[in-house]
Amino acid sequence: MKDILDFTEMDPKEIIARRVSLEIRPKSLVNLGIGIPTLVSDHLDESMGVFFQSENGVVGLGHRPPEGMTDRHLTDAGGTTVSAVPGASIIDSAFSFGLIRGGHLDLTVLGGLQVDARGHLANWMIPGEFVPGMGGAMDLVTGARKVIVAMMHTAKGRSKIVPACDLPVTSQRRVDLIVTELGVMQPRDDGLHLLETGPGVTVEQVQAATTAELIVTGTVPEMDLSRTI
Amino acid sequence: MQLAISIEEAVEMIPDGARVMLSGFMGVGTPDTLVRALAASGKKDLTMIVNDAARPHTGVGPLVRARCVRKFIGSHIGLNPDVQDQMREGSLEVELVPQGTFVERVRAAGVGLGGVLTPTGLGTRIAEGKQTVEVEGRTYLLEPPLRADFALIAARTCDYVGNLSYMLSATNFNPIMALAGDVVIAEPEEIVPVGVIPPDAVKTPGIIVDHVIKRAS
Repeated sequence: MKDILDFTEMDPKEIIARRVSLEIRPKSLVNLGIGIPTLVSDHLDESMGVFFQSENGVVGLGHRPPEGMTDRHLTDAGGTTVSAVPGASIIDSAFSFGLIRGGHLDLTVLGGLQVDARGHLANWMIPGEFVPGMGGAMDLVTGARKVIVAMMHTAKGRSKIVPACDLPVTSQRRVDLIVTELGVMQPRDDGLHLLETGPGVTVEQVQAATTAELIVTGTVPEMDLSRTI
Repeated sequence: MQLAISIEEAVEMIPDGARVMLSGFMGVGTPDTLVRALAASGKKDLTMIVNDAARPHTGVGPLVRARCVRKFIGSHIGLNPDVQDQMREGSLEVELVPQGTFVERVRAAGVGLGGVLTPTGLGTRIAEGKQTVEVEGRTYLLEPPLRADFALIAARTCDYVGNLSYMLSATNFNPIMALAGDVVIAEPEEIVPVGVIPPDAVKTPGIIVDHVIKRAS
């Protein structure tokens, strides 16, 4: 894997976050998961009017407050102290999940342990090893209008994009897009399509790092990370 | 019934084996003084209904560490190693519930509904052994109400008749859980005369609050 990443100077997690940010539409309501998904907001211009929701009841999350001004009455879903943007609102947990399940959330970006060729995501437990629980993930995947999985392509040298999840799945819903440092993939009725490759990465390299079979149609373009939204 | 009670009276009221609903999200919006006093009292076999296991020293954490909890019902336990350990050794039973389903089950209990129909969890382990219901061509899981003997609430402000208001993301599960416990005990950060909380800002009417933790005089 290291050989492939040597093609670029960019941090692989930033490649993923930058590519995902290009999927975000102006004036939409977006929920970002913990980890790589959280990095996505750094790539957006505030003038886009995007509101970020967190499950614990904030619509309009802002960046970290000024030094010394944090307060634990205002946190994100990871328990980290945050600020709020102008126009933000506070809702209770029932309303918050009403937004999610009720089709009001335009996009969720989540991390994953595995995604398979059918587009099923697994991200809440590893039986016999570690059981973090699903938190809001099952509702997010089930209810959001669009679901993007943002994750590193492999873990400990093993493909996270597999023919069929052997870990318990999070939802029966097919995710819409998978973005890794090696490529952009989309599960469709006939299988998993490779739509773009990462900077300096070839189609063959993506397939070599992936245990699921990738469908390639014509020439696969490289991610255009210089594009503005 | 006495509205203002001491922390000791509150602890005394809650017996071993009680079903206790605890508000908060990662320990934010949790009545921490009540939790610490309960943990110190050595209660046994509590069923804790709480969104997440937080960390060992926040949220429900101190009760888990003091081994007061027999069963945990909630959505996330990944950041509390005590819960993982006690679950592995078999002393703590864990029921995982998707967060949106969790809050709606609590709400159902509080508002007199016989359950919730949700698409969340269909086709996953969560659906195993559960009834499904078809409505207008769509399939849902039937999830039962989740009630408790006690609901422990954290408020920002409480007035002399028990009206409660909350602050920012510390609101989370508080207004929902305040409806779903047979006995509702609130721990406010401040107590003010009636009228200081404008009626529009009251999120939990005092008429459903049984007890408020007293200030030390």
